[in-house]
Amino acid sequence: MTAVEKFEWQQICERQDLVPGSGVCALVEGEQVALFYLPEEERAVYALANRDPIGNANVMSRGIIGDLGGKLVVASPLYKQHFELASGNCVEDESVCLEVYKVRLDGDHVLIGRG
Amino acid sequence: MEQRKIVVVGNGMVGHHFVQTLVESGSGDAITILGEEPRPAYDRVHLSDVFAGRAPEELAMATRGTYQQWGVDAHFGDPVVTIERNAKVVVTELGRRFSYDKLVLATGSYPFVPPVPGSDHKRCLTYRTIDDLGAIKSRSKDSTVGVVVGGGLLGLECANALQNLGLQTHVVEFAPGLMGVQLDDGGSRMLRRKVEALGVQVHTGKNTRHIVPGDEHALRMDFADESSLETDLIVFSAGIRPRDNLARDAELVVGERGGIVIDYKCKTTDTDIFAIGECALFGGRIYGLVAPGYRMAEAVAAQLAGDDVQFQGADMSTKLKLLGVDVGSIGDAHGRTEGSMSFVFSDEREEYYKRLVTSADGKQLLGAVLVGDCTSYDTLLQYHLNGIELPADPQGLIVPASGEQPTLGVAALPATAMVCSCHNVTKGDILCAIDGGCCSAGEVKGVTRASSGCGGCSAMLKNLVDDELLARGVSVDKSICEHFPHTRQELYHLAQVGEVKSFDAMIADHGQGRGCDICKPAVGSIMASLWNEHVLDARHVPLQDTNDTFMANMQKDGTYSVVPRVAGGEITPDKLIVLGEVAKKYDLYTKITGGQRVDLFGARLDQLPDIWRLLVDAGFETGHAYGKALRTVKSCVGSSWCRYGVQDSVAMAIAVEGRYKGLRAPHKFKSAVSGCTRECAEAQSKDFGIIATENGWNLYVCGNGGMKPRHADLFATDLDDQTLIKYIDRFLMFYIRTADRLQRTSVWMDNLEGGIEYLREVVIEDSLGIAAELEAQMAHVVGTYACEWKETLQDPQKLKRFRQFVNSDEADSGVVFVREREQVRPARPDERLRLVAVTK
Ligand code: SRM
Ligand SMILES: Cc1cc2nc3c(=O)[nH]c(=O)nc-3n(C[C@H](O)[C@H](O)[C@H](O)COP(=O)(O)OP(=O)(O)OC[C@H]3O[C@@H](n4cnc5c(N)ncnc54)[C@H](O)[C@@H]3O)c2cc1C
Ligand code: SF4
Ligand code: FES
Repeated sequence: MTAVEKFEWQQICERQDLVPGSGVCALVEGEQVALFYLPEEERAVYALANRDPIGNANVMSRGIIGDLGGKLVVASPLYKQHFELASGNCVEDESVCLEVYKVRLDGDHVLIGRG
Repeated sequence: MEQRKIVVVGNGMVGHHFVQTLVESGSGDAITILGEEPRPAYDRVHLSDVFAGRAPEELAMATRGTYQQWGVDAHFGDPVVTIERNAKVVVTELGRRFSYDKLVLATGSYPFVPPVPGSDHKRCLTYRTIDDLGAIKSRSKDSTVGVVVGGGLLGLECANALQNLGLQTHVVEFAPGLMGVQLDDGGSRMLRRKVEALGVQVHTGKNTRHIVPGDEHALRMDFADESSLETDLIVFSAGIRPRDNLARDAELVVGERGGIVIDYKCKTTDTDIFAIGECALFGGRIYGLVAPGYRMAEAVAAQLAGDDVQFQGADMSTKLKLLGVDVGSIGDAHGRTEGSMSFVFSDEREEYYKRLVTSADGKQLLGAVLVGDCTSYDTLLQYHLNGIELPADPQGLIVPASGEQPTLGVAALPATAMVCSCHNVTKGDILCAIDGGCCSAGEVKGVTRASSGCGGCSAMLKNLVDDELLARGVSVDKSICEHFPHTRQELYHLAQVGEVKSFDAMIADHGQGRGCDICKPAVGSIMASLWNEHVLDARHVPLQDTNDTFMANMQKDGTYSVVPRVAGGEITPDKLIVLGEVAKKYDLYTKITGGQRVDLFGARLDQLPDIWRLLVDAGFETGHAYGKALRTVKSCVGSSWCRYGVQDSVAMAIAVEGRYKGLRAPHKFKSAVSGCTRECAEAQSKDFGIIATENGWNLYVCGNGGMKPRHADLFATDLDDQTLIKYIDRFLMFYIRTADRLQRTSVWMDNLEGGIEYLREVVIEDSLGIAAELEAQMAHVVGTYACEWKETLQDPQKLKRFRQFVNSDEADSGVVFVREREQVRPARPDERLRLVAVTK
């Protein structure tokens, strides 16, 4: 397979739409994307799929953020499994994970990378 | 001496494992691995994870760099086409030649596609490689229906994948049942029932005659029984066939139905050629699982390194989750051993099926089938593998016992017991790792690789490690989580004494890291009990569970329920009408709760503020159904109406509910007030209960309904109104100060040294001299009460959070309702598929 690395950065919302230390959800071309904002961290925004693959509902943006063993995670509000913000991997269940989106701040704009 | 040349054909899971084992053995051979696929080995077992969102790259078991580092010559995307046995050379499709001293064939297998006319259509696919997966994904884009041919283990996995892709999924099986190899009839029937409930349609006993273009969908399958099925794509998963053509052409002996014949040394009929993994036929069987392949790989690597290790056959027991259904099969699942006995337990309501097969004397476990509930799998497997004698009543292992379930404690296992069969790790190996200084399951995993394969053994590993550490006197940590080396009680005191007012200050002063979903809400609750600031103040927002954040209870589909306070259960007709009107306007499912009030379900996040605006305007307040706080104070009608009532229980209930509403605690707490000793309000099952007497009130404390009911203790009798409230103030504040996280008053009492007597001393006699302080603290909380919803509605900043999307007004398309008994409810998975397919 040839993976062509071609990204387009698309503006989704403004920094002020994000909630420090917590998550919100954005709609990106029909997909629900959970945006987490950690102004204190070296990397301040993360974007993951909003769908909880275990509870099967679109709720990940409403989970609590924290760290486990030094890795930043979000806990599903339904059944409390943890997903790593950087990789989307589920800590408790190797067989599921969340899709990870490329995301960055450009001044006050929040941009998502579309591949 | 010249280096020995080892050539491996096939870079799959087993070929890779062989190379890794040989490299680690330090044999010093010149190793070459030749693979047909364009990428190094990857974890085929977890292929389906990609459908659930995992990136294919994450399945990689090695990279090109790994092989370079090991000094292994690796080539990809160029299959071997010939073995020249005389010259001891293999030749690839591109004409490259590699000579060998020893050759290892690890060519795996391919999916069998039955020779049905039309099965070569471009919408007929198979499922074994990452490339297959890409093909299925892209074909699914313009499809709504998908069929899997084959109801075995892989077929059902594939059905799961198709469902994940949003297709209306069918499984077509030739045999009369699902997973016939691993399950007996009963297990297979239960599995079918569960799979169908998940929205997958199962067709058994179907022989496909041909596949032709369809009318409504791209394809139509016509079956021998004259029925037919239309679909947009078909995935064949009707068994595997060993890839033995290279060996066949080189005139090595192969089995009648395929497979390269090997002996217990994994040697083929040419002593310089080995075969391992799914291409090999040992004792007349192909092992279609990865663990036996690994054992073969290890046996060959050990022989090449000079050890005489044999392959002894392998256990085929498996435990998996298919479409979310737990399925386990151990040993002789069908009870085919002569003279064997079976114990069968089937529960059609809870939907599980369990069968034990034992030896004639009932002492040895020969096999087992588990569908719907695999909790006893680990225990049963240990009985089976280690020949441990069964208890006198083996059925107790599968029948849900009313008393103690006989479990095989990890301590009872012999050191030789296999814990992780993927990586061949025994209990003895794990004890060794602990001897070597490992102090957690994670560390043992790192050292032994246990639970890094299929993961099926991870619960057992954790159990074993914890148990062993405890036995060695390693102290058990009572910290609430990894961020604070304190109990909740200690945190409460630290916060109070240091007047700490935010989580950030708390973790900076007393903890480490960034916090988590355990300590954040716990500290949030302590802050609320102590300082009673609005839960949605910016600095408290990240601490709250979703229920607190949105001041509503999240339901299974991500919608919320709305519960306004109805103090004492008393409500005017006008207010009832408002509830009805609001429910009607937003089409909310309406139910009377067990707490004497009304719950409105199915509100979307973005609807919550509008709903609450109507309610607040009509005079309702939040009911705190979401918080670790006071829930309801139930009442009976009492002396105003009831011919036996001796006090006004409704007025007291309303007063008590009004006083403690919004008070945050380690867990929720409830109360009730009965107007006489008949106790119609069930006050003795509450955290604090009040029962009227001729002379005043009797106070009961620390009762509980719920999971583990506890009858409340009589605390004080014939109290007047003021004394009653004073005692309750002190009681509640003392509980809030000293209880553990998520500890109801009942459990708190059971753990309180000195019990009810001690509590009386503290509360009534003020033995600790803190009564005034407790009362003052309560007065502060009561005095600063404000309805959280009312405040929120006045604050545009806070309301901003109640948007489904920050960049769109669309509603969550994942919320799908159906109607039942004239009201809405969330659609079940099968209904959802139908409904979404229609609206697409
Ligand atoms: C709605 C209701 C059931 C109903 O339809 O009647 C209900 C619904 C829930 N109960 Fe309950 N309980 C409801 C009355 C009860 C009662 C009866 C009562 O209060 O008189 C009990 C037993 C009494 C008791 O608590 O001692 C009860 C014992 C529980 C328990 C077990 C608590 C325990 O310590 O054993 C839980 C689990 C928990 O809290 O950890 C629970 C948890 C829940 C949760 C929060 C479960 C959840 O996480 O989704 C439910 C959410 C409510 C919601 O979404 O609005 N619910 N629950 C009742 C709401 C009462 C209210 O108006 O607030
Ligand atoms: C979807 C799925 C789910 C599974 N789930 C489980 C499970 O839960 N538990 C379990 O134990 N097992 C499971 N399996 C089975 C498991 O994947 C196999 O047992 C395992 O991969 C066998 O390893 P292998 O190396 O023998 O074969 P493979 O992994 O198939 O590797 C063989 C490799 O050899 C290559 N090859 C073939 N011929 C040539 C040639 N002439 N020249 C060069 N290269 C060649 C092939 O392209 C392939 O890459 C699953 C399999 C699938 C497909
Ligand atoms: S407890 Fe029963 S009998 Fe007593 S007042 Fe209440 S309703 Fe009447
Ligand atoms: S048994 Fe598979 S990882 Fe241990």
